[in-house]
Amino acid sequence: MARVIVDVMLKPEILDPQGQAIARALPRLGFSGVSQVRQGKRFELELDGPADEAALSDVRKMAETLLANTVIEDFSIRVEG
Amino acid sequence: MSAARVGIVTFPGTLDDQDAARAVRLAGAEAVPLWHADHDLKGVDAVFLPGGFSYGDYLRCGAISRFSPLMTELIPAAKAGLPVLGTCNGFQILCEAHLLPGALTRNEGLHYICRDQLIRVENTRTAWTSDFTDGQEILLPIKHGEGRYVADAATLAELESTGRVVFRYAGSNPNGSLNDIAGITNEAGNIVGLMPHPEHAVEELTGAPSVDGRHFFTSILKRLVNA
Repeated sequence: MARVIVDVMLKPEILDPQGQAIARALPRLGFSGVSQVRQGKRFELELDGPADEAALSDVRKMAETLLANTVIEDFSIRVEG
Repeated sequence: MSAARVGIVTFPGTLDDQDAARAVRLAGAEAVPLWHADHDLKGVDAVFLPGGFSYGDYLRCGAISRFSPLMTELIPAAKAGLPVLGTCNGFQILCEAHLLPGALTRNEGLHYICRDQLIRVENTRTAWTSDFTDGQEILLPIKHGEGRYVADAATLAELESTGRVVFRYAGSNPNGSLNDIAGITNEAGNIVGLMPHPEHAVEELTGAPSVDGRHFFTSILKRLVNA
């Protein structure tokens, strides 16, 4: 058993109005010092077996196929624990 | 001669399929219901992917719908030339399926927008727009939260230089779409996607802002009859 994390973020050049709205809300709540916020998605995949090369290759395919839309999003994969 | 048959796809969460079927029938074609879970296009002559929130918009709009059994049949058929129109969520599905380039993202102002919008027709050579005139301005309802069209610079340049921007928002840009893009087509002109809703603008009795939407369906009818 292993847990693999896939983080999906809008590409830097794609406008993120949700992140901007969060950034604008922070000062209203008394938080300062944040110049930009980008919002993304985190997927936690529980694998049946170990996170070996084959399994991670499959996760990469899952990310490219479904979890991320690579037209507008980048993803990164890491094994937790 | 039997009537042209236009398939209307229903996914779980589709909202506009009844209006879509009605618009198709008003134009004189037969509306053929297509179900997302069937591997069956029922031999239709064209397909209309209506709007709504297919699969609850889970993950991304259209991201799950694109892998439905029906779409696995539709994608190769569309690539082979079957006329396909996608409005709103249907446009999002066409982009997720890579039948059209780019993607539709959260509106710039974050608000869900529901209003009548002026649209300029910029390409009358597609299967779905031949009954318009170049530069014609039409009034159609829009209703979406994720309609901001984005594509990388190279894709945008290609769309512009090849006349594949079919519709542009006129007057004001409601959602921050790049280049005011409201709808696009593929290279062959058989696949068209747009955020506005022609199927809601076909009859005065429904309180529609215009009946400009009719021309989408008369266009495809002419194409199919002359094919």
